[in-house]
Amino acid sequence: MRAFFYVTSLLAVMGLAIWAYRENYRTQEAIREVEATSAEIASLRETLNVLKAEWSYLNRPERLRELADMNFDRLGLLPLRPDHFGRIDQVSFPPPDRLPITRAWDVVGEKPAEETE
Amino acid sequence: MTRLPLRPLARILDARAKGENPDVIERENLRLRHENERDRLRAQAEGRLLVLAVFFLCGFAMIGLRMGHLANSEPAEPRAATTTAKILAARADIVDRKGRILATNLTTHSLYAQPPLMIDKARAAAELVKIFPDLDEERLLKDFNGARKFLWIKRRISPEQQQAVHDIGDPGLLYGPREMRLYPNGRLAAHVLGGAGFGREGVRSAEVVGRAGVEREFDAALRDPGRAREPLQLSIDLTVQAAVERVLAGGMRLMNAKGAAAVLMDAKTGEIVSLVSLPDFDPNEPPSNGARGDAAPQFNRAVQGVYELGSTFKVFAAAQAIEEGLVSPGTWIETEGPMKWGRHRIRDFRDHGPALTVEDIIVKSSNIGTARMALMLGAERQQVFLERLGFRSPTRLEMPEAQAARPLWPGKWSEIVSMTVGYGHGLSASATHLAAAYGTIVNGGRKVEPTLLVRDSFAQGEAVISERTSKIMRKMMREVVVRGTASFGEVPGYAVGGKTGTADKPDPRGGYYDDKVIATFASFFPADEPEYVLVVTLDEPEETSGKEPRRTAGWTAVPVAAEIIRRAAPLLGLAPEIEDGAAVGVTLAAN
Repeated sequence: MRAFFYVTSLLAVMGLAIWAYRENYRTQEAIREVEATSAEIASLRETLNVLKAEWSYLNRPERLRELADMNFDRLGLLPLRPDHFGRIDQVSFPPPDRLPITRAWDVVGEKPAEETE
Repeated sequence: MTRLPLRPLARILDARAKGENPDVIERENLRLRHENERDRLRAQAEGRLLVLAVFFLCGFAMIGLRMGHLANSEPAEPRAATTTAKILAARADIVDRKGRILATNLTTHSLYAQPPLMIDKARAAAELVKIFPDLDEERLLKDFNGARKFLWIKRRISPEQQQAVHDIGDPGLLYGPREMRLYPNGRLAAHVLGGAGFGREGVRSAEVVGRAGVEREFDAALRDPGRAREPLQLSIDLTVQAAVERVLAGGMRLMNAKGAAAVLMDAKTGEIVSLVSLPDFDPNEPPSNGARGDAAPQFNRAVQGVYELGSTFKVFAAAQAIEEGLVSPGTWIETEGPMKWGRHRIRDFRDHGPALTVEDIIVKSSNIGTARMALMLGAERQQVFLERLGFRSPTRLEMPEAQAARPLWPGKWSEIVSMTVGYGHGLSASATHLAAAYGTIVNGGRKVEPTLLVRDSFAQGEAVISERTSKIMRKMMREVVVRGTASFGEVPGYAVGGKTGTADKPDPRGGYYDDKVIATFASFFPADEPEYVLVVTLDEPEETSGKEPRRTAGWTAVPVAAEIIRRAAPLLGLAPEIEDGAAVGVTLAAN
């Protein structure tokens, strides 16, 4: 009985040791993975930052103004002025759309019966 | 082991036969047995000691090896968990009120040299000078050959330059990463942002420290790594700021002014939408501190410059007199000039006849009339009122420059001081002070604290004047634009109200210059329900289209301010009030 007890506890200790050993290595692996990912996040953030900086550099008002001046012939952009505002009732209604059928078709069918009371 | 008998029978009998003592044999055998036992025990003990020695040796060897390893490796903390997202040692961005970037960071590199590692020093120096023409080859070579083990070559290099230095291929030229502050919009809002530079510097990194403006004011918050991801949002509007800067720069050139400043502020909340001071500078390349004082481009005329603001102050005397019930807009006040007070004489720019109503005193800007109103008020009440408008202390604007700009408050408040302060001489304040005070007068009398931060919610300030007085003042100042000194200030669609001020510049040698003025126009729009206050100041303007140069604010600051309103108001989302049937067609336009 005693021998059985010793053997089972020994096996239990060995089993736990193996489990702890493997968990330890898995944890280390996970930590490495997290670190790699966060390094990637950091580098992506840095890239994002550079792109944002570039975006705002390319959109700086001075450059946009020059571009608007250079492309005035094509775009005709002007600074917004008070007389550019309009009221909604100054806008005329668009002409009604024409029907999608533009040429004559032969129609085959029954003329609907006239409604009677 | 066989155990030998102590008294072997054969030998005992033998000894007895010979007549010897058999005990001797026993003792002899006992001795031999003991000796054997001793030898065995000794061998056992020695073996044990040896095993122990081996164990100890292993133990010591392991400890020794571990110690050696620890001593020779980079220290690292043992851990069971990893830190969450690696924090970049970055300074937080600064954005405008709509989230557009005003300041951000860029990672660049610095270049340094370790001469002991260098191979061909002469060639490296020659090649470096080719890449960076501002370096001095002889000096570089002297440094390389000197006793120094480390020297900075360039604080900041671009990726192209880095590649070029790489191509030299010298192992003694090394790079350290550098976080750099970038202002993508260049000169835009330079005075507000201020600029940043390097603080303590190491090889691996350098501290970025705010030098002026909001960068300095919020330095600690911007550097806080925990808040690096949340940008600092200013109340400045990038588009409006750009438009105001452009118009003001054009106006400054047209009016031959030495400097100019503009403050555009929300009349209710005190949020500053645009703050311009010209001449300006590029915060990416801050100019070296060559010029000092108000000649330097870093000098913020809108915030740091305290000037006598002239007739714009008349509004305060009139508002107080009406608030106290001493006068009404229609009250007639004597304006016969010149007015003598002791040995002082007060004159008007032109003669306004024997008397004017209070409204006309403001509309036509009569010094004498205002001086009489100031006399009615008395020094004490006037001081209290101006203090409540914020003229006694620096504004609480979030810039170190603003907090250092203390208005020049007269020491002794005699009656003559009271009169001159009434029309804006003898008390100097900044354009920001003036904008805040005008905001307070026109927004229904609630005290305005100017701020550079977006206010999500704001508590209404204390009531300085009543809603009724505020309404009267708004109407009066609207009249100034309609038929008074600021007739160039009319902008169709936006009912502009305001007051001009032309103050002679004080001569540092005493007295005032005859031909140098500060022209100010403090305005607000729309007049019936003011949303924004605009203060435009021109330093030494001169309008030369007429026969004689004209320097009054009505000819200089007012047209510039009107153009600013014309450009900025649509950008601020204010639709003009269109008279019925004025325009028939509508053209398609987009912002």
